[in-house]
Amino acid sequence: MSAGAAGADGPGGPAVATAPPVRGPAPAQTFPAGARVHRFGGSERAVHWIHAAAFFVLTGSGLVMYLPALSERVGDRPTLKAIHLTAAVLWVTALAVVAILGDRPALREAVRELERFDDDDRNWLLRRGRPRGWRRLIPQGRFNAAEKAHAVVQAALAVLFVLSGVLLWLGERDTTFRLPGTVALHDASMYVAVVLVLGHLYLALLHPPTRPALRGILRGDVDAAWAREHHRKWDAAVVGDVAPDRVRRPGAASVLAAVVAVAAGLAVVVLVVL
Amino acid sequence: MPASDPAPQRPEGRPVGRRAFLGIVGVGISSLVWGDTATRWLSGAADALPGPVRGILPSSGWRIYAINPPYPRYDPATWRLQVDGLVERPRSFSMAELQALPRADQTSDFHCVTGWSVDDVHWGGVRFKDLLAAVGPTAGAVGLSFVSAEEDYVDTLTLQQAAVPDAMLAYEMDHAPISRPHGAPVRVVMPQMYGYKGVKWLQRITVVDRIEDGYWEGRGYDRDAWVGKSNDFSKGL
Repeated sequence: MSAGAAGADGPGGPAVATAPPVRGPAPAQTFPAGARVHRFGGSERAVHWIHAAAFFVLTGSGLVMYLPALSERVGDRPTLKAIHLTAAVLWVTALAVVAILGDRPALREAVRELERFDDDDRNWLLRRGRPRGWRRLIPQGRFNAAEKAHAVVQAALAVLFVLSGVLLWLGERDTTFRLPGTVALHDASMYVAVVLVLGHLYLALLHPPTRPALRGILRGDVDAAWAREHHRKWDAAVVGDVAPDRVRRPGAASVLAAVVAVAAGLAVVVLVVL
Repeated sequence: MPASDPAPQRPEGRPVGRRAFLGIVGVGISSLVWGDTATRWLSGAADALPGPVRGILPSSGWRIYAINPPYPRYDPATWRLQVDGLVERPRSFSMAELQALPRADQTSDFHCVTGWSVDDVHWGGVRFKDLLAAVGPTAGAVGLSFVSAEEDYVDTLTLQQAAVPDAMLAYEMDHAPISRPHGAPVRVVMPQMYGYKGVKWLQRITVVDRIEDGYWEGRGYDRDAWVGKSNDFSKGL
């Protein structure tokens, strides 16, 4: 992620003058006030916001169908179900389009970072008799351990939502597809996801120490001093990487694949859902 | 990062996240088999909660929906089922009188429009044809309107629908009198349609000359609620 500056080896590499110590208190501010570092490219942000938009439409329409008290007030189950299923299909379609046309190296890198946990992450997650504010003493990469865990669980829930949702849809056509645990799985996934998203919203919107991260998912960059304090092992925070989004011109094959994906998604909506 | 840059070294860590992802997905898939049992077990612990809260939690595979909690109560000494409308002999039935009619037994699956099902429910009660024979529908009768003791809950079946072989007025469920959550003392059982057609806490059946919307139909649900063939945006499948 670095722009090839001296600290490109990162804090795990050779000691360089600009790299702060990995352990111990946060290093002194070395960036100009207001400096920002690049955290998320367009593709990563697109994946996030596609999930976010789908989550609210799907949870809202789903809860109205699920909770009798809401069903009574809103009614019109066929329309709600059409909204729910259309949102689900467009969600998957949009993710496919980002995967086809987007910045795949950046997405792969994000996945790689999200799924790897090291000793610092373990210590970060398992607090053991540490003083107040102890988490700041444990260096973290671009994603802290809780962000990684949250992403992993949400990714798994996405798979389970789609799977149990398809089974619910099939079960309306043929009751042999009504497996005993389908509703339980769809429900339990919803409960877990809602609790996680509420916590996520609290940390993103309200909790002062973590609020500066919001700019990263909105605009792509975050305050450099904040990044250095909270993500000390993240090389961009170390060297002050301000690289703009990479511009990747999709090839004809990618454009064709994306068109096919969109057409397939719309065909499913028109032919199957509506 | 320019493409020519060498990949920067970073602390690797172990792909614990990938294993966790696969593990959660695997456990989730396996719950398709055991999830129902687990929720039944969990709901045992929820019995301490008040009825309306408990109602929306799954219990024994059932989720009890009430539009106007608490569930209606009835007095066995004075309870009557009124049958009127387009009939020659309108009358009301005590439980003993209902039980004196020809008894029907069946085991059928129950399907809720929200996606859950309970298989192999045993019902004991009366076929509608035997009930109607006791009151004599007149010419022009086309359907039955079922009125619940839970206020504002009504639903209807055409006479043809009420005549399907597994439709009945039930007073027993799983070899016991129907419990209060399941519609005591009598309820409609219509296994080929979604559960909202099965009016619970039944207190009156009116024979009518036109079919009108029931409680949920007035809220956009299908009147002909055949399982697998209704409640879709495009009605025809």
